[in-house]
Amino acid sequence: MNAVTPSPKLHDCRDAFVAVLERLGADNPKIVAVCNDSVGSSKLGGFKAKWPERLVNVGIAEQALVGVGAGLANGGLLPFVCGAACFLTGRSLEQIKADIAYSNANVKLIGISSGMAYGELGPTHHSIEDFAWTRVLPNLPVVAPCDSIETAAAVEWAASYDGPVFLRLSRVGVPDLLPEGHKFELGKANLLRDGDAITLIANGTVTHRMVKAAAILAEQGIEARVLNMATVRPIDVEAVVAAARETGAILTAEEHSTFGGLGSAIAEVVVAEAPVPMKILGVPGIFAPTGSAEFLLDEFGMSPAGIAEAAIDLIARKSSRT
Amino acid sequence: MQPNDLDRIARQIRLRDLQAVFEAGAGHIGGEMSAIDILTALYFRVLRIWPDQPKHPDRDRFVLSKGHVALALYVTLAKRGFIPEEEVATFLKPHSRLNGHPNCNKVPGVETNTGPLGHGLPVAVGMAKAAKLTGATYRTYVLTGDGEMQEGSNWEAIASGAQFGLDNLTLIIDHNRFQQGASLKDTNNLAPFPAKLEAFGWDVTEINGNAMDEIVPALEKRGSRPHCIVAHTNKGHGISFMQDKVDWHHKVPNAEQYKIAVAELSEAL
Repeated sequence: MNAVTPSPKLHDCRDAFVAVLERLGADNPKIVAVCNDSVGSSKLGGFKAKWPERLVNVGIAEQALVGVGAGLANGGLLPFVCGAACFLTGRSLEQIKADIAYSNANVKLIGISSGMAYGELGPTHHSIEDFAWTRVLPNLPVVAPCDSIETAAAVEWAASYDGPVFLRLSRVGVPDLLPEGHKFELGKANLLRDGDAITLIANGTVTHRMVKAAAILAEQGIEARVLNMATVRPIDVEAVVAAARETGAILTAEEHSTFGGLGSAIAEVVVAEAPVPMKILGVPGIFAPTGSAEFLLDEFGMSPAGIAEAAIDLIARKSSRT
Repeated sequence: MQPNDLDRIARQIRLRDLQAVFEAGAGHIGGEMSAIDILTALYFRVLRIWPDQPKHPDRDRFVLSKGHVALALYVTLAKRGFIPEEEVATFLKPHSRLNGHPNCNKVPGVETNTGPLGHGLPVAVGMAKAAKLTGATYRTYVLTGDGEMQEGSNWEAIASGAQFGLDNLTLIIDHNRFQQGASLKDTNNLAPFPAKLEAFGWDVTEINGNAMDEIVPALEKRGSRPHCIVAHTNKGHGISFMQDKVDWHHKVPNAEQYKIAVAELSEAL
């Protein structure tokens, strides 16, 4: 296959989210947006202008945010509950567990500005624990789209899916990778480039960095497979096992702690089904120093060059085993 | 149904609840006894419900936020026809639908899963707000414990309920004055409740929450603001040696105590 080429233009995926929400909202009066004073940061201004009564703002009160969302769903509405991912998941985790996941409420949780999108604001505002916190909850799919096209497709899918969803979005600009018209399938990874030396797996804001790292590797004659794995739960077991068996090494990268996130979910499969050398890139179990998301991703070894270097080290480990 | 009939049903529910606690060897009998009159008034008089259509879109919503008294709800739901009466005997047994806190995906008539405290009221605010947005005519009722009001999430929801103008929402605080380990007064004393709720913009009615002729009119009261009923109740109400004793939050009667309690409740029948 031909490798995907990142678009030159960068997109804030929140724009794709609200564009789809407003399009669906025009046809479906049951769609309501729920927020915690986050009209601006969730980009819900357009939705509010169109349907002010359908924008339910509970104020700075995240426990009520999620509980009210569950109640709105019980009353027959289709709530998109929006808030900064750090507060939505951290402050309201027990509401997400009891009111949403355990109650199986048809609520879409939209975590805005996840990862280190609030970079310089510091670790209080970073949401690098949310995969770990949410992916252990039954009934709750966890999805982090890689570009504006996948974001739009995932929002459309979430609206039609009968059950809770956690959609993890960023505000950091990313290039488009997936083709126009892409359909989102829960639990299915997307092959962005094929190769047999190693598999690089990422999601969210890091996927395009993996694509660029694969291009660097290709210049050195190393053909890496690249998978975009937006769905952290349920993990795409088939794609992970195939990657392990066919390429013999897996490098993951995510805008999240190295503990409990995408890499961990993949490692759980690899260990049980097809053990091969693995490395997990992410925030290495520390509170991040001051810096933008882009700076911090580079700092933690997730620049394209840093990823390529980690891939070469991992391929060497693979060779040393044989 | 009139107060006298409701009293009779409440005593029957108390007796069945006591038996189930004794048989299961667990339960939260003190808070169950304090709340049973309120549950009876709701399910046998106030709520517009269809037991054979538990998901009817026009049904009134009831949320048991003090989910640890699930058994009292199960007995009430069984008596009202939502689940078979004989199923109460499975309470806490392996794979029973009736575990220690209610599950809306297993038990017909349960609206949302509760257990951790401070969850029911925010969800009830969402239910009432949904009715406002869709024009539905159902009303939403939520029962919390008084100790439970120490959870900050309740006050987030109380503020939202007033802000949204939810005149279709009724909060009942089961004010039995005791929490798990001590009295409310000796722990984190939020009482008196009325001034606090009024300051948030709610209508407040104070009643004897174990007296049917006060419970029913309070539940049927309609106004232009969200309504809080501060129901003064007795923990362990109806069983003399349990009444207002903190030990009976989740203590299980021994055989002798059980015999006395059954006799007291049966006599009242």
